[in-house]
Amino acid sequence: MKILATVIKNQFQDSFRSKWIIVYSLFYFLITFGLILFTNDSNKIILSLMNVNLIVIPLVCIVFGNVFFYNNREYIIMILAQPVDRKYIYLGLYFGLTFAMSLSFLLGVFLPIIFSFKIFINNFNIIFWLIITGILITSIFVGIAFLISMLNENKLKGLGISIFSWFLFTALYDAIILMLLQILQNYPLEIFSLTLTLVNPIDITRIIIINNFDIAALMGFTGAVFNKFFGSVVGFVIALFSLINWIAIPLFIGLNLFNKKDF
Amino acid sequence: MIKINNLCKNYGDIIALNSINVSLVDEKLTYLVGPNGSGKTTLIKSILGLIKISSGEIFVDKLRLNGNFSYREKIGYMPQVASFPENLTVEEVIELIKNIRSSITNLDDELINEFNLKKEFNKKIKALSGGTKQKLNAAIAFLFNPKILILDEPTAGLDPISSSLLKDKILKEKSKGKTILLTSHIISELEEVAEEIIFICDGLIFFSGEKNNLISSTGEKNLERAISKLMREKSENFSNGN
Repeated sequence: MKILATVIKNQFQDSFRSKWIIVYSLFYFLITFGLILFTNDSNKIILSLMNVNLIVIPLVCIVFGNVFFYNNREYIIMILAQPVDRKYIYLGLYFGLTFAMSLSFLLGVFLPIIFSFKIFINNFNIIFWLIITGILITSIFVGIAFLISMLNENKLKGLGISIFSWFLFTALYDAIILMLLQILQNYPLEIFSLTLTLVNPIDITRIIIINNFDIAALMGFTGAVFNKFFGSVVGFVIALFSLINWIAIPLFIGLNLFNKKDF
Repeated sequence: MIKINNLCKNYGDIIALNSINVSLVDEKLTYLVGPNGSGKTTLIKSILGLIKISSGEIFVDKLRLNGNFSYREKIGYMPQVASFPENLTVEEVIELIKNIRSSITNLDDELINEFNLKKEFNKKIKALSGGTKQKLNAAIAFLFNPKILILDEPTAGLDPISSSLLKDKILKEKSKGKTILLTSHIISELEEVAEEIIFICDGLIFFSGEKNNLISSTGEKNLERAISKLMREKSENFSNGN
């Protein structure tokens, strides 16, 4: 455990000092601050932030995680040549980078919101879930980035697959679902669309946040079906469990590949 | 101390190491030579467990390597390319390695002092020159006083003064009875410090034994010429075989 803590600590320090992480934090700070400045409607602020989260966090995490792994290959070789279990290195690098990116996001969003105390107090519950889901998406997409790096030796190919995965989860997936629902509209599709929703972490996150809003019109088809089918509490727990699975499964597969990988 | 039996490593259809049988003589300095892409680094990485071998056995101090990692406590490794986390300072990198190695008594910081690395301690890695990173790389390999030193192209990127300091350190460690394996594709570079030679080409061992035996058996004046002769003979045999 001492080794794991050491790798996490050093990875966190290295990542958190990176200028790109500072730019990422600054980006969130400006977006949140700008939204607070331009509108008094806290619902609008939070929904806009949710949409930014669902697009920006996956892209930044998947690209950053991927580039990190390829650029640090020689460093990874150097620490693998020390008397350490491989799993501590993989988990240490993963958690170190995830903590740094989560903290960067947290500072960027949280500081402007806490300055606007009224919004913070009146919307504490939804802001809490906005931040928790932001951290969960960060953990998911850093894990996916690491997994893609394990599956591809070639940096450009890995980066290409990463960007395609982001596009798939954020845009293409919903377009495919809508197309399928349109084609199969004469059939009962509740279970089908429910299953498809649980497969996409971005859709799950959207449901979790909007569930807390309690504005049915914002849920969309899959969200409404989700709520109807499970009820809001059970649905919420299932959604949260799915997100945690989305962290655990890529991490577990990536760790197994790392243990067998040739460096 | 290190014994390798029938070691094979394939990358798909490519054979990187082909039935390698070789032993490193204890307390001697073995010079692993061969052209670029001959399998030197693959052989080193096999010993360090950085790659999974296709078949064969490797023993370090009579312990058969089988996914275990504690044996690496005995090894100090200097990789060919020095790379550390860019935003950490030199001191933080040294502390990081100290913290992930459990046996940190009896540290050997001679190279840290010789290379004057203490004055770079507060600098971030990204602010260091390639040569300074290579000095740090070397200093870390020797720091834990390991019984075995594996140095992959150790003088690459070092200025002549640092290169000579490193060669002196290698000789000093050898005189203390350490087993040292070092590689270079520039044969003349470390000839003076070598005792044993392993010549590898296309994943095959063509010679393994004392340096003087190799030079006298080929009738050449120095190691570089002896190896060149071996390589010519190999390519002639290959042509005749075809």
